[in-house]
Amino acid sequence: MEKEKKDIFESIWSLLASVKLAISLLIMLAATSIVGTIVEQNAEPAQNIKLLAKFFGDSFAPTVYNIFAKLGFMDMYDSWWFLSLLALFGINLIVCSLERFPKTWKLVQAVQRPMSESVLKSLPVKKELKIKTTLSVAKDEFFNALTASRYRVLEATEEGSVQLYTQKGRYVRLSVYVVHLSIILIFAGAIIGSVFGFKGYLNIPEGSMYNVAFKSPTEKIPLGFSVKCNWYETLYYEEIDSPKDFRSELVIIEDGKEVMKKIIEVNDPLTYKGITFFQSNYGMMPDTVGKFILDITPKNGPKATVWLRYGDTFEIPGTGIKGTIMDFSPALTRDRGTGSLITYSENMVNPAVLIKFEEPGREPYVGWILKRYPSTGVLNGGHSVIFKDYWGVEYTGLSVSKDPGVWLIYLASILMAVGLYVCFFMSHKKIWVNIAEEGKSVNITVGASTNRNRLTLEQKIEKIVSHASKAIEGRKS
Amino acid sequence: MNSSLFFDISAGAYIAAMVIYVIYLVTRNSKVGITATAVTISGFVCQSTALLIRWVNSYYFWTAEHTASGVIESLLRAAPLRNLYESLIFFVWALILAHLLVEFKYKNRSLGAFVTPIAALVLLFIDVTGTSKEIMPLVPALQSNWLLFHVFLAFLGYAAFGVSFGASAAYIVLITESKFEKTYLFWSFIIGVFLIVLIAMGIDFLSLSAAQRVQLIQSHFLKASFRSSSSVVVAVSWISAGGFFLILWWFGYGLKNLLTKLSITPEMLDDITYKSIAVGFPLFTVGGLIMGAIWANSAWGKYWTWDPKETWSLITWFVYALYLHARFVGGWRGKRVAILAMVGFISVIFTYLGVNLVLSGLHSYGG
Ligand code: HEM
Repeated sequence: MEKEKKDIFESIWSLLASVKLAISLLIMLAATSIVGTIVEQNAEPAQNIKLLAKFFGDSFAPTVYNIFAKLGFMDMYDSWWFLSLLALFGINLIVCSLERFPKTWKLVQAVQRPMSESVLKSLPVKKELKIKTTLSVAKDEFFNALTASRYRVLEATEEGSVQLYTQKGRYVRLSVYVVHLSIILIFAGAIIGSVFGFKGYLNIPEGSMYNVAFKSPTEKIPLGFSVKCNWYETLYYEEIDSPKDFRSELVIIEDGKEVMKKIIEVNDPLTYKGITFFQSNYGMMPDTVGKFILDITPKNGPKATVWLRYGDTFEIPGTGIKGTIMDFSPALTRDRGTGSLITYSENMVNPAVLIKFEEPGREPYVGWILKRYPSTGVLNGGHSVIFKDYWGVEYTGLSVSKDPGVWLIYLASILMAVGLYVCFFMSHKKIWVNIAEEGKSVNITVGASTNRNRLTLEQKIEKIVSHASKAIEGRKS
Repeated sequence: MNSSLFFDISAGAYIAAMVIYVIYLVTRNSKVGITATAVTISGFVCQSTALLIRWVNSYYFWTAEHTASGVIESLLRAAPLRNLYESLIFFVWALILAHLLVEFKYKNRSLGAFVTPIAALVLLFIDVTGTSKEIMPLVPALQSNWLLFHVFLAFLGYAAFGVSFGASAAYIVLITESKFEKTYLFWSFIIGVFLIVLIAMGIDFLSLSAAQRVQLIQSHFLKASFRSSSSVVVAVSWISAGGFFLILWWFGYGLKNLLTKLSITPEMLDDITYKSIAVGFPLFTVGGLIMGAIWANSAWGKYWTWDPKETWSLITWFVYALYLHARFVGGWRGKRVAILAMVGFISVIFTYLGVNLVLSGLHSYGG
């Protein structure tokens, strides 16, 4: 009974350690992942039923959908079986590495020993030559040639012969374990992130402040501090409506004090106390009136910034010219057909303000000033009224995340990169040079082995041999 | 200066090189072989020049709009890896580079006949799809150094995988002993699908007006043949495709004799396949997956979202990991690993194009 239990345990262990299992798991993970990219994840049922109808016909699609949904394919990457596959993959990797590591470690630690000439000749890389010289000269020159290639050479002397032997890069054999370890660390980082972190969102209207983020409309996550959006803006490339930048100015307020202020943009978030705010979205708030920010500069006078509401009147200092805010368009353009001015988007693509100017003794006139085209704000008299912003009507859409596992992911990435580099571009090389006296000549047998890139080693051996034999020739003359 | 002339010359040179490499395969005349290499190298020089010119042009394009941007930053933002067109061109460049390296290292020209067609197909694909060649302003999500390194390294990796595809395809032909072997049938099928899709897209292209061509991939893909509204056209398409498969299957076998005569050994092709995957795998892991994840994290706050593009890169990665383990420790040899190498590159193509054609994702590439 005891023995049987042990047998079962052992066979499970050896299954978990097998590369066969790894191969099957890789195939299963790849195959199921494909399904997950075809079926739209976390989508409205109707969408996927429509998709399935293409394969199974309209009448079967709902049934197939229900089966698929039960199996978790609609939220596949979070389903119990996909996570189990990943877990099994991780366990496989750990067990397999544990099984093999001691053997590799022995290989790494093994002391290199001199070898008999006949064994040398059976090595994958070998070279034999005969040179007229003495044993000690040949030994010296091969020693030098190997040392020049940065090998640390050991030697064993026998009657009438000497053997130089050396190895390099034995720790390269550990690189596979570094790669495997990095995968385990990525799993660990992902688990830490999903247990201790969160992913939420937060839409802040310009000028407002929040101390929570949202996981869903009803689920709040307290931040532990407050975040305020001073302003949001979309910058556009000149002449085209292709966005150049999405930016917001955020302020972090803790215990009533401003502790941080930053203009964030896509690819440049703000992080405070482990919580990061990313620019991910924007939009207009319905039914909100904001404030017009104008930069007013009389000719030869100083600039003044004013904040105004609809219908407000301002004066260009020292000129007697009065302006009144008449209208606003978030996206003003001229209709190609009729030539009249129209608003072509709800979003602030090309914001414009209509201002009525009145000057004593002159006819009042009305003109649009466009934010994206400051030249539209230059008046006849050389005064300028620049439309800076219509503030308070947009919100900035932030994604808010806390992921205490991310540093581990980054560390693992570095390990993986280094591990892969070493694994594929470096190798463990062993070289033996046997030099035996025969009359006035020496017979030289070079044997070498490597765990990778035999071709490179062969070239290296060629180089060392020719280096050494040239030096030997040189000594004669 | 405009780069398009140089691009056109290089495209012409690669297509010519493909023909000459094939002639070399048939005639085994070493002068023809040298010509093929020379034409390839000239094309490569031309294309490198074109890339540089385009880089300089987009540098000025960028600095005109972003006056505050420093020299280094501007150079990075202007690197010609910014949209589908540029990344495909860069892929061709890297593929030819990899091919030349292999040719010099193995002192064997015949592989050219298998790799230059991939380059020619990509160039044809660019023209057939009417992929926009304009220098476009960069949308905010793409203004990131990580993205640049991501695309750069991933495409070097793809190029190495492309070489492994060529080598493993040649390998399969070489070891085939009968036209009815499963491996050879698989080979005929895959190569057939490649060519047929491309030909069908060519027909799409010819049937569309210039304005519609821009939308080929999004709205008109295979609409002139397999997905036509006329059932006659659909039937004719399938029948011709079937015929094409038969011809390819029948005559493809003839390549074996050519390769044998050129003293290409299966061992050599297997070695090239393995080595190029050994180069491609680290590049793709670091460039494709790691840099991509870092970029996603810096742009959206999540390094992994399982969106189709990411998932397909992961699938590609699984396939190549499978190849390495099956071959290195699993004891798989010969046909089975060669098929894995081919599947790996099919997965690469799907990751890059199929996801945009068939699935939709977060990523902005795709015309
Ligand atoms: C996708 C995840 C994995 C990656 C990226 C990976 C990576 C690698 C790499 C790069 C090598 C070296 C291959 C070569 O030299 O050609 C290797 C070897 C190996 N891998 Fe993995 N591996 C993964 C998963 C696994 C799993 C799950 C197992 C579990 C059985 C495993 C077992 C092995 C073994 C036994 C070796 C040979 C080690 C040796 O040389 O002694 N690997 N792996």
